[in-house]
Amino acid sequence: MPAERKPKLAVWKFASCDGCQLSLLDCEDELLDVAGAVEIAYFPEATRAVVRGPYDVSLVEGSITTPHDAKRIADVRKQSKFLVTIGACATAGGIQALRNFKDVEEFTSYVYATPGFIETLDKSTPIADHVFVDFQLRGCPVNKYQLVEVLSAYLNGRRPNTPPHSVCIECKRRGVTCVMVAQGTPCLGPVTHAGCGALCPSYNRGCYGCFGPMETPNTASLAAWWNERLGAADADIVRAFRGFNAYAEPFRKESEAYEHANSQG
Amino acid sequence: MSTRTVKVDYLARVEGEGAVTVKIKNDKVTDVKLRIFEPPRFFEAFLRGRKYSEAPDITARICGICPIAYQMSSVHAMERIFGLQLTGQLRALRRLIYCGEWIESHVLHAYMLHAPDFLGYQDAIAMAADYPQVVKNGLKLKKVGNEIVTLLGGREIHPINVRVGGFYKVPSKREMDALGAKLREVRPIAEEFVRFAASLPFPAFEKDYEFVCLSHPDEYPFNEGRMVSSKGLDIDVSEYEMHLIEEHVKHSTALHAYRRGHGPYHVGPLARYNLEYAKLTPAVHALAKEVGLQPPVNNPFKSIVVRALETLYAVDEALRIIDQYEPPTKPAADYTVRAGTGWGVSEAPRGSLYHRYTVDSDGVILDAHISPPTAQNMKTIEDDLWHFAETALDLPDDQLTWQCEQAIRNYDPCISCSVHFLKLEVVRE
Repeated sequence: MPAERKPKLAVWKFASCDGCQLSLLDCEDELLDVAGAVEIAYFPEATRAVVRGPYDVSLVEGSITTPHDAKRIADVRKQSKFLVTIGACATAGGIQALRNFKDVEEFTSYVYATPGFIETLDKSTPIADHVFVDFQLRGCPVNKYQLVEVLSAYLNGRRPNTPPHSVCIECKRRGVTCVMVAQGTPCLGPVTHAGCGALCPSYNRGCYGCFGPMETPNTASLAAWWNERLGAADADIVRAFRGFNAYAEPFRKESEAYEHANSQG
Repeated sequence: MSTRTVKVDYLARVEGEGAVTVKIKNDKVTDVKLRIFEPPRFFEAFLRGRKYSEAPDITARICGICPIAYQMSSVHAMERIFGLQLTGQLRALRRLIYCGEWIESHVLHAYMLHAPDFLGYQDAIAMAADYPQVVKNGLKLKKVGNEIVTLLGGREIHPINVRVGGFYKVPSKREMDALGAKLREVRPIAEEFVRFAASLPFPAFEKDYEFVCLSHPDEYPFNEGRMVSSKGLDIDVSEYEMHLIEEHVKHSTALHAYRRGHGPYHVGPLARYNLEYAKLTPAVHALAKEVGLQPPVNNPFKSIVVRALETLYAVDEALRIIDQYEPPTKPAADYTVRAGTGWGVSEAPRGSLYHRYTVDSDGVILDAHISPPTAQNMKTIEDDLWHFAETALDLPDDQLTWQCEQAIRNYDPCISCSVHFLKLEVVRE
């Protein structure tokens, strides 16, 4: 009887910092086990070897920012049985989506002496704006244990267990004192997707939303609280929602509401 | 006359996207182009209008491999504006978190990305089949580097605990002691890897480089000092842009750097080792002597041994800091925000990283400029390929291509970081 074929794993990069795919190499205790359970068929950050598609699971890091990448993601989709986006860039457009609120031509001429050499789209967009995505893993960066959970789930034919509730729940479960109530520190925890384990509050700082919006976030209420009770200026609220997940819809709408108020005021 | 074309579509085992073309005609290299097609992300542009306090969190996202370097250069630049200089335990904790990043990044590169080249494996996982203990040891050592960053930073990638003035929270003595015990356990691995790296086969290739790094009077450099070179540069970091210039070249979204009036220069482990060797510890000196690698080292392929030696230094420096640790009374020093311009250089694992910011009286960033180490090395890498390919023309195409890739990996290039992927192409005409 022929040996059972190992599932083929591919890791793709678009506009990003490489941190989310590095999370896989940072699984020091699990890496050799993962490499034993799958065939690492395409992972240029780690290997020269390339095995042709199709692939059973594709992990996609990064956002779409160039015409070339918009074509390339369509090709990745065609070769992939399951396509999982990893991280804030692939899932929400990333920090580079801050251009979406500005004039990309002005940005290009600010950074590059010869802007004519640069080819870029005027918006940085998530993968799901271009192709069907089977699962989105949040975080800037992703949590490496959640990444192993996602791989394990797909290899075993089940849905990944990554709770969609807020960071607040994680704080309560860890017994971390609420930084907003106790210290008056502005915190995005009430509207931010869980996954980090309430990292920032456990280090005495407010959550800055790197896992993006939770399911059904009440951003308007949180912004009003910051504004009325913590004295946050409109510009501070705009900056807070305009972080690593600025182009995720709930965060985008809230930042635009306060930017508008700002320009009126 | 034979015409050959060798082509590789994607340079592997580097961080980011790029391509190289080496053109060969009549057994002469006629052109080398290192092309970066990492899409531009415009960090410097969108930093304008952000608060000074956001710079360490935002700039960390330039590079997932060396976020600490970005956090360190940015906080030091801001502190220079506000007239703050950290001392005592807070200053020591900044060196400690940097030791963690050096260990994690150097071990990732040396064991998992670079060593397979020397031994003829496609990757570390294939290498693990024949060298299981080397790879397992590497993972163990890397893990402890990450544990330093995690204790001080909250997580290994994009840590959340670094701020202007210090930290949000400082570790307890007990947490530091537990970390010290782990470091002592892996220290023999760091020593053994120096010997292993030194035993690898090195191509005979040397070049006369201008090495550039940060230089501190008493310490091997991390966060403070003057910019010095092997050919007479000795400047305050505020004078950086007057001497070290960037030029935008057409085939790349990164910028090429050179020293005004001189030419391309070389930053990274080899530069630090050659210029700052005296400030390493006696234990590192003894091992360097044992393996016969004392400065000057002008063979870039031997950077893997220097990375191993710097890893050992980082382990020992981390232990020194941990052993002398007393929790500071406050996690961050006080400062007053004021308008001004500040400069910060720190030594990322792959070389000097420069930041400059101008902020207004509310601490809102008006102007930002960042010069990452890989961008500074880009021209030097091209020159290396030019000269190296000429010494290796009798190799078959696949071997020549592989060795050119290896020559690029000597620099541990982080192309995401050079704000900006690799495709290698050797064209023989």
